[in-house]
Amino acid sequence: MGEAVARFWREIPQRYNFMGNKCGSCERIFFPPREACPFCRRKSMGKMQEVQLTGKGEVVTYTIIHVGPEEFEEQVPYPIAIIKLEEGPQITGQIVDCSIDDIHIGLKVESTFRRIQAEGYTGAIYYGYKFKKCE
Amino acid sequence: MRDVAVIGVGLTQFGELWEKSFRELIAEAGAKAILDSGISGKEVDAMYVGSMSSGRFIGQEHIGALVADASGFSFAHVPSTRVEGACASGGLAVRQGYLAVASGMHDVVVVGGIEKMNDVGGTSATETLATAADQEWEAFFGATFPGIYAMIATRHMHDYGTTREQMAQVAVKNHMNGVLNPYAQYRKEISLDAVLNATMVAYPLGLLDCSPVSDGAASIVLCAAEKAKKYTNKAVKIIAAGQASDTLALHARENICTLQATVHAAKMAYKQANLTPKDIDLAEVHDCFTIAEICAIEDLGFVKKGEGGKAIDNRITTRDGSLPVNTSGGLKAKGHPVGATGVAQVIEIALQLRGDAEKRQVPDARIGLAHNVGGSGATCTVHILEAM
Amino acid sequence: MEEVGIVSYGANIPRYRIKTEEIASVWGKDGRSISEGLGISEKSVPSVDQDTATISVEAARAALKRCAINPKDIGAIYIGSESHPYAVKPTGTIVGEAIGATPDLMVADFEFACKAGTAAIQTCMGLVLSGMIRYGLAIGADTSQAAPGDALEYSAAAGGAAFIIGKDQIVARINHTCSFTTDTPDFWRRAERKYPSHGGRFTGAPAYFKHITSCAANMMNHMGTKPDDYDYAVFHQPNGKFPIAVAQKLGFSFEQIKQGLIVSFIGNTYSGASPIGLSSVLDVAKPGDRIFVTSYGSGAGSDSFDLTVTDAIKDLKRKNAPSIAQMVADKEYISYGVYAKITDLLYWE
Repeated sequence: MGEAVARFWREIPQRYNFMGNKCGSCERIFFPPREACPFCRRKSMGKMQEVQLTGKGEVVTYTIIHVGPEEFEEQVPYPIAIIKLEEGPQITGQIVDCSIDDIHIGLKVESTFRRIQAEGYTGAIYYGYKFKKCE
Repeated sequence: MRDVAVIGVGLTQFGELWEKSFRELIAEAGAKAILDSGISGKEVDAMYVGSMSSGRFIGQEHIGALVADASGFSFAHVPSTRVEGACASGGLAVRQGYLAVASGMHDVVVVGGIEKMNDVGGTSATETLATAADQEWEAFFGATFPGIYAMIATRHMHDYGTTREQMAQVAVKNHMNGVLNPYAQYRKEISLDAVLNATMVAYPLGLLDCSPVSDGAASIVLCAAEKAKKYTNKAVKIIAAGQASDTLALHARENICTLQATVHAAKMAYKQANLTPKDIDLAEVHDCFTIAEICAIEDLGFVKKGEGGKAIDNRITTRDGSLPVNTSGGLKAKGHPVGATGVAQVIEIALQLRGDAEKRQVPDARIGLAHNVGGSGATCTVHILEAM
Repeated sequence: MEEVGIVSYGANIPRYRIKTEEIASVWGKDGRSISEGLGISEKSVPSVDQDTATISVEAARAALKRCAINPKDIGAIYIGSESHPYAVKPTGTIVGEAIGATPDLMVADFEFACKAGTAAIQTCMGLVLSGMIRYGLAIGADTSQAAPGDALEYSAAAGGAAFIIGKDQIVARINHTCSFTTDTPDFWRRAERKYPSHGGRFTGAPAYFKHITSCAANMMNHMGTKPDDYDYAVFHQPNGKFPIAVAQKLGFSFEQIKQGLIVSFIGNTYSGASPIGLSSVLDVAKPGDRIFVTSYGSGAGSDSFDLTVTDAIKDLKRKNAPSIAQMVADKEYISYGVYAKITDLLYWE
C-alpha cells in the first residue's frame, strides 16, 4: 500500500498544523482549505489566503465508537467528536486523554499530535491531530 | 416534459443470500419487473442501474454493461448506465430513468438497483459503507458510518430532548411492518428492551438501531404515462422527482440535525407535484439508523423540526397512524442492500398505490413518497407517486 | 568563547501508568520486593497513538510555547532515541514539519542507547557556537521496549524532553560539556529485533558506574569544581537505585538529586531520562542555580554538562506548558492485559 502515501503527504500542512484558508471577499475561514469560497465563488477566486488555525475549539456533538475500523480496533471504546474551532470551521476528530464520562457538548478542547493510522506493520505511519480537554 | 408511469415492479428476497450471485440477483429482479409490466424485452429502450460499491463488494466495476449482459440485453445493445450516489444510488437510478422518459428520449426504461454485500467479511462491508462519508476528513480519524449518524443523534437528543426510547421505537415499528413483508430480511418483531439493551455500536446507537448488511436487488419498468394503458392496468404515476446535495462531511454543516439535502429535494418534489406534506398518504423514508427516520419525517415537513421523537410516541407513523412510514419494514427490517434500497422504496409505494401490498396495505392510499439518502445526507432523492 | 545554552525546554510524558506490582503479579513474582529493589513504583506507558515522534512533537511544541522564538530560526533538529518509529525514515522531519521549522534546516536522528538526547544537545551546541545555525532543537525521547517477563519490563517507560539551544535569551548557560566513551557491550538491540538484550549485572559496575563516575570526575576536574558547588544534579536513571548510588559515590547528596529523580514515578524513559530530569530541575530553578548533569548510554558512554541558570529564566513563560510534576501527577492506571494489547505484545500473524 506504499503507493497511498502521496494522498496523505499532500495533507500534512492540515493534519499537522491546521493550515486552513480565508476568503478574501467575505473573510470566512475554511478548514480544510477550499479552492474557492462556496458563498462568494468567482469573487473569491485568486483571493483565498492561507491561515493557520489554533486547533482549539469546543465539542458540537460526539459519539463513543464501540465497533471500530480495523486500524482503530485496539482503541475501542473511543470518542469521536465534531469540534467547532475558535476560528469557525467544524472538523471531526478523536478525543483522547480523558474519561468518556467527561465528554459533553460544549467541552473545550485543544489539539494534540498523535499517530492516527498505520498501514499495517510495514507501511507508512500517518500522524495528525486529535483533541484533549483544555486545562 | 411528459408524465411517467411505473408499469412493473420486481424484487428479490433481501437478506444473506449465500446461494445467489450479483448477476443472478439483478437478472431475477429485472425479469420480475418486465413480466409484471407486460412489455416485451424488445421494447426496452434503456437501462439505469444503481450500485454503490460493486467494486469493493465483489471486485467488479462496469456494472451498466454487466447488468445488460446478465439480463439478456447485450445482443440488443441497449444503452445501460450505472449511477452511484452511495446509499442513494437506487434513488438516483430511478430519477435518471424518470428523466430519460419524461424528456421524450426513451419510451420504456428499466431501472435496477443492487448490492451484494455479503461476499466480503463484516468488517470489510462496514468499511466500504464508510466510503460514503468523507474518507480524508471523517473516516481517516476513526469516524465510522454509524458513528456519524450517532453524532446526529447525540445532538438531536441535546437540542430537542429526543430519547433513546423514541429512537428504539422506530426499530420496533419497522420490525412489526417487516413481519408482513415476504421479501424482508427480518420477519420478526423485536421488543423495546431488546433494542435498548443491544450491543452498543456507536453511542447512542445500539446494534438494533442500525440497518443490516444485506444482499438484494430491485427493479422497476418506467414508461410514458400516455402509453401505460397499452401494457397494464396497474400503473402508478411518478408526479415528482426531487434531488439535492449537501457537504460530504457532516461536520461542514451549520446544523448537524437537519439534512438540508432532504429539505431541498423535498421542496423540489412538492413544488413539482404542487402538493404539501399534508397531501402525502404514506412514505418510505431512509431509516439506515433509527435517528435517520426521526430526522427524515422532520426534514420532509411531516412534523416540525425537533418533533420527530414525539411523533413516534404519538404513533403517527405506524401502519394505522395518520402517516404510515416504512410499511415495507424500512431499511431496518426489510434490509438495506444499499444500491437496491432507493428502487425498493419506490416499489413499496407503487404496491401500496396499486392496492397490492397485501397484509400491510394502507387503505385508500392515493399519494406516496419515497425518500432515499446517500452518506450522512450529502445526496438525497425524493419521489412522489400517485395512483392512476 | 561565546556563551551557549538552553533557550527554552519542554517535555511530554504519556498518561498511562502500570504499577510494578501489576506486572510482577502476572509473572508470579513478589511485586513489593521488586518495586523496592528497583526503586520504581510505576512506569509510564504510551497509548497506541503515541510514539517517539508524537512525544517529540509535543515536547518541542511545549518548548516553543514557553518562548517567543520563530520556529523558522531553528536551523537543526536532532532527536536521540532507540525507538524511532521507522528504522529508515527520520523522526526529525516529522517534528520539523509539525513545529513549522521546515524546510531550511538540518535534520538527523541519533541513536546512542539512553544518551542520544544529550548527544543531540552537544551537537546543537557546536553548530550554534560555530555560527552555522541560530538555534538548534535537541530532543531525547523514547517509548522503550522490553520483552515480556524480562527484568526490563518493570522499568522500560515512555517520555521525552526537548531543548532549544542558542546564544541569545539563554535561561541556562552551558558552561562546559565533556564525554567519556568506551566500547562496552552491556545492553544492545540487534538490527531488526523487537526487544533489547542486556548483560545483567554487567550493566552495573563496568558500565553505568564506571562511565558516569569517570565523566563526572573529568567534568569537575576541567571546571575546578566539587559536588558542593552545584544546587542540583541529574544522573541517568535506569532505576531508582543506580542514580542514588552514583551520586553518593561522587559525593552528591540526595537533596541535590531529588528534584531531577523522576524514574521512581514514571520508570526509565531511556533517551528521555536525563532530559526529563533536567527539565524537572528547570521547572523550579532560580537565577544563579548551578546544575550538574551526567547521562549514560549503553555501549557505552556518558555526557556531562555544567549549567548555570540565568536571570532570563524569570522571563521564560514556564507556565505555558505543563511541568514535569504536573505530567507525573496526570495519570491513568492500566492492567497488564491492556498494557499487553497497546504495547503490541500480542502481535501475531
